[in-house]
Amino acid sequence: MSTQPTRRNFLKVSAAAGGGFLLGFSFLTSCEQKAVATLAPELVMPEQWVQLNGFLKIGANGVITIVSPNPEIGQNVKTSMPMLIAEELDADWEQVIVEQGKLNTDIFTRQLAGGSQSIRHGWEPLRKTGATARAMLLAAAAQQLSVPVEELTTEKGMIHHAASGQQVGYGAVAELAATLPVPETVALKAPKDFKIIGQGKKNVDARKIATGQPLFGLDVQREGMLIASIVHPPAFGMQLKSVDDSAALAMPGIRKVVTINTAPEGAELQWSDTNAFPRLVAVVGETTWQVLQAKKALKLEWEQVSAPESTEAHRAAFEEQLTNGKTEVARRDGDPEAAFASAAKIIEATYSAPLLPHNTLEPMNFFAHVTADKAELLGPIQTPEFLEKTLVSVLGLQPEQIEIGMTRMGGGFGRRLYGHFGVEAALISKAAGAPIKLVYTREDDMTQGTYRPDYLVRYRAGLDAEGKLIAFHIRGTGTNGSPVFANRFPAGAVDNYLVENFGQPSNVSTGAWRAPQSNFIAGAEQAFLDEVAEAAGKDPIDFRLELFERASKNPVGEKNDYEPERYAGVLKLVREKSNWDADSGDARGVAAYYCHDSYVAQVLDLTLDSAGKPQVEAVYCAVDCGIVVNPEGAINQVEGGIVDGIGHALYGQLTITDGKPQQDNFNSYRLIRHPEAPKRIETYFVDNGIDPTGLGEPSLPPVVGALANALYMATGKRVYDQPFIGELPG
Amino acid sequence: MAQYTINVNGKPHQVEASPETPLLWVIRDSLGYVGTKYGCGIGQCGACTVHIEGVAMRSCQMTVEGLGEKPVTTIEGLSANGDHPVQLAWLEHDVPQCGYCQAGQIMSAASLLSQIPNPTDEDINAGMAGNICRCGTYLRIHAAVKSAATKLS
Ligand code: FES
Ligand code: FES
Repeated sequence: MSTQPTRRNFLKVSAAAGGGFLLGFSFLTSCEQKAVATLAPELVMPEQWVQLNGFLKIGANGVITIVSPNPEIGQNVKTSMPMLIAEELDADWEQVIVEQGKLNTDIFTRQLAGGSQSIRHGWEPLRKTGATARAMLLAAAAQQLSVPVEELTTEKGMIHHAASGQQVGYGAVAELAATLPVPETVALKAPKDFKIIGQGKKNVDARKIATGQPLFGLDVQREGMLIASIVHPPAFGMQLKSVDDSAALAMPGIRKVVTINTAPEGAELQWSDTNAFPRLVAVVGETTWQVLQAKKALKLEWEQVSAPESTEAHRAAFEEQLTNGKTEVARRDGDPEAAFASAAKIIEATYSAPLLPHNTLEPMNFFAHVTADKAELLGPIQTPEFLEKTLVSVLGLQPEQIEIGMTRMGGGFGRRLYGHFGVEAALISKAAGAPIKLVYTREDDMTQGTYRPDYLVRYRAGLDAEGKLIAFHIRGTGTNGSPVFANRFPAGAVDNYLVENFGQPSNVSTGAWRAPQSNFIAGAEQAFLDEVAEAAGKDPIDFRLELFERASKNPVGEKNDYEPERYAGVLKLVREKSNWDADSGDARGVAAYYCHDSYVAQVLDLTLDSAGKPQVEAVYCAVDCGIVVNPEGAINQVEGGIVDGIGHALYGQLTITDGKPQQDNFNSYRLIRHPEAPKRIETYFVDNGIDPTGLGEPSLPPVVGALANALYMATGKRVYDQPFIGELPG
Repeated sequence: MAQYTINVNGKPHQVEASPETPLLWVIRDSLGYVGTKYGCGIGQCGACTVHIEGVAMRSCQMTVEGLGEKPVTTIEGLSANGDHPVQLAWLEHDVPQCGYCQAGQIMSAASLLSQIPNPTDEDINAGMAGNICRCGTYLRIHAAVKSAATKLS
């Protein structure tokens, strides 16, 4: 076991006036974690900090700053990742303040928010960081107290020597500790000894959020900063042809109109540079309102560079592919054709879902100040490392000349993996010769692309005379790729299995949207299995459990991307907690899904009002994500995923006509609102001591299936096409 | 451009803006109170909610000219120390995920409770329907409004 910190990070630093030097951006200052009915007093900032390593600064008064390395998009890693360090450090959580780390690839690894992987990847390194620091503090205390280090114990930021009754705080030995060698190896605690991990800790930014302190990219303010806003083509397939900016430039407060290209010839671009509109016009001015008005005064000409697409044309092309298309087989077990030919019953169903914008409530934005030899950026980005790579190429600077800071983000959901807006901000700042904050309007944001792809999938299942599932066939397609995972359940549980994947290239840009592919395919698969269980005359939970049993005892094929026992475990837990075998009186649906290394099963109860409008009464949710680092935050994530999944499956839809998105704001695009949320969500975690896995995404995919199945129970009609609201009567 | 004196968080502020400028952008850009958020600009999301004469309003839908001298309270002015019962309830229930909508939610909730001190579930549904939370924290918002109500009454 080697440890992360290197010698050169062990600096002693002293505070400038007000301690402001510690923080590149003073609005990202410390935060308080107390959250009780009366406010806790603010922590007293120390006069001097000792920097123990890239993650930790300790004040003489015992206050500890922990740097949280990863971007915070609402998934609560700014609380849960520092908890990992604090645990092994044996810190007093009440004396901890958390600071958002900047991009720093020398100290931090994988500074990315995506795939629900932050905690999984941080689990060991962050605990080691805390344990290493603790070992150094102990060594320093041993010197200072002249006692053997083995006789020392730690608790809540204090070091005790039982034999002599002496004790000393971390703050008192930090300075000495920073001069000591970094231990090569450190032991980590056994889970039973955890004191912070597994305790519900409140969001460390909660107080700042509740009092409206500046935290987000859109809140950045700097001396001399101008506001910029872009205009992108009105339709996919179009590009900028000419700009007449004379009227705009004559408007009050307008300084400049610039055109930029985020994908210049020869630029080395990253996957994260997905962007339909590299060539843009930007208006730069003094205030946001002035800039937004001037955008309307631009006279712009566009040219068609590729054929305009439409929602209807996408659907027609998908149907054609699934019906007549030839493709590579993604998985094949047994003899599916023969099995279907011999089946007593064949069930077939086709499911679709529309394009979805992410609609983070904070629209895209970024601060940039680019000069000839330096670029300073600050904003909401899930992939700062990739943004830096692109900036190196596009700006022609070295990585050392680029500084990227991360603000708290007003939602991510995958949208801020695609950092074109950061590149745009940098290019606008460079062209305007000023520090600027780029601001997208809601309309700019919703019509820009990077959508969840629209999809079509067709399932066929064959049952024998006893109702046993003997054949399964999936054909899936979608914009820029298929949603189907070849080796996920029920692969491995059916003797004869066939998966065929298609994809339809498009000029509409698409990307990762919370639980990519799973956000659609889970609902389709779980609704289909419900239909198959019904045809087999079996209880939907029994039916699934039989399949898991098969996959566990006698799996088909080599590659099955799930553990059937853990899958069955969440299903059994939700069966018990929802009292499935009794009658809830409401229409109920069940679903289970595995993605991002975690297992989730849900039972959803709903009623229809007199107008036929669904009201979700309750969702019971069982989760197996290994050790739960922060139950308070974890439950919040699970609830959010459930509300998000229900909302988008019921209402979400972006359509395209002549290449042009038909929805551009919340009057035409419907998001779930307060009265439409489930009345109750109950979340239960499987306690199994396994290393933790992701939680930002896994609760979303199955709820779409549970909802579809409950709607069927309520209406007697199965729903196949999202948004479901369009399929319901009334 | 014209000069206006607007009354925000108990203080008069001189601002220069064209008459049709939404209060939202005056508050954010000219006064630097960035707790009030932009989410849609068309009165649909509630992120920009402030109190005008004590009542929750969408600041993106009110022009600086139309505002006149009516007193405005933003999230920064809701309480002196961040200890308004609604703010405390938000901490107690650990409501925020990304947090972006929450200033607007809190301003709507505080206004709702000043009009209906003991709201029913239906009152809360109706009073909070104008505030979108993209992260889906509605259940916690609902619970926090209820516990703030018990503390206020
Ligand atoms: S910004 Fe005013 S309601 Fe959305
Ligand atoms: S907490 Fe993210 S929008 Fe409400």
